[in-house]
Amino acid sequence: MGLKHAAGLCLALSLIAFVAGADAASLQPQEVRITDAELGSSLTGAPGDPVQGAKWFKSRKLGNCLACHGNKDLASEPFHGEIGPPLDGVADRYSEAELRAIVVNSKDVFGPETIMPGFYRVLEGQRVLKDFQGKPILTAEQVEDVIAYLNTLKE
Amino acid sequence: MTMTRTRIALLSAVAAGLVVSGYAFALPEGVDTIQVKAASKDHPLDELYSGWHFRTPETQALQEDDFENPGFLWVEQGVDLWETADGSEGKSCASCHGDAAESMAEAGAAMPKWNEALGKPVNMEQQINLCRSERMGAKPWKWESSELLSMTAFVRNQSRGKPVDVQVDGPMKPWFEKGETLYNTRVGQLDLACSSCHQNYYGQSIRADRLSQGQSNGFPTYRLKWQKLGSLHRRFKGCMSQVRAEPYKVGSDEFLALELYVNWRGQGLPVETPAVRQ
Repeated sequence: MGLKHAAGLCLALSLIAFVAGADAASLQPQEVRITDAELGSSLTGAPGDPVQGAKWFKSRKLGNCLACHGNKDLASEPFHGEIGPPLDGVADRYSEAELRAIVVNSKDVFGPETIMPGFYRVLEGQRVLKDFQGKPILTAEQVEDVIAYLNTLKE
Repeated sequence: MTMTRTRIALLSAVAAGLVVSGYAFALPEGVDTIQVKAASKDHPLDELYSGWHFRTPETQALQEDDFENPGFLWVEQGVDLWETADGSEGKSCASCHGDAAESMAEAGAAMPKWNEALGKPVNMEQQINLCRSERMGAKPWKWESSELLSMTAFVRNQSRGKPVDVQVDGPMKPWFEKGETLYNTRVGQLDLACSSCHQNYYGQSIRADRLSQGQSNGFPTYRLKWQKLGSLHRRFKGCMSQVRAEPYKVGSDEFLALELYVNWRGQGLPVETPAVRQ
């Protein structure tokens, strides 16, 4: 590769990094490959923050995990859902790699019929509202925060 | 107005005493649940429950008392509109249809209905507007306008207690099938179909809400969240937005097909209009 080409490539890469912002270093939703119901490495390359994760877990605008899952750790929050299994002690039942696979794309783990959305997927052709088009429900960083929080749920 | 109110209350009392297809229509001293067995063996559900069943005792009580039920404000407006002449022909609904208690006793349970001239089904809102534009020479009312909601609620209220009975065969079949497909198609960023929640998880809580079977027999419905009466298509839109999907338009062919299919899923449930929901 000539010097000119290398410089061009550098420029292109820095443009991509600029456009993608903080998530540039992260694995993009389209690049994620779940094998045998596991996703071993962090999407961002760094561990998440469990305190932030608890926030996304209960936030109606973000993860809203509480909409479907009960969680005694957040007993102070009203209205825990009953759709999915309660998440008390979930880290005793699943490894971090399994939890990450479930949060990223539950369909790859539980099958296509599951009601649980995949939180780090981009869906095409199903009337996604304009503001959410091309975007996963959570960012890579938020997914890692949620994983870090789930990992604290031991009994 | 007091007289009108009394008349409606009396009609309701009559409806309360009726036993339709083996169950009593629940009103103050009736049974404590609105529930029937699925009419057909092809039905995806065994037991059909009105949305009433899933609400709090307070909300249920609000629906059951016609004097407290806020939906009757619209029904009352409908009483007046029924008699009001409008348009170039100088006609009111009553000019052609007479006493709504008789002429509309079945209509509210049987919509959408096939319209031969249009070559498609029409629902109650669309039929009312067809009457306005074609018989009365009047301007159609806007969807979700106070007038259209009132007339829809008033007409459907005349069929209160009658079991929902929509035609789904013959020319209605492709519409029914389209509705069924829409019902089972996942949409939006949250990747959910109507069936994901309302077939597989009814009765369970999703945060502060308790999922119902998504039955339509109480529409137009007074929703506490809306603080007003609203159409079924408005409710469809709300559901779609919640799963972060671009909603279809009120009155669209898609929502009409979905309405037909959803009504069929409630075949046999009594019309409850105006229901009260959360």
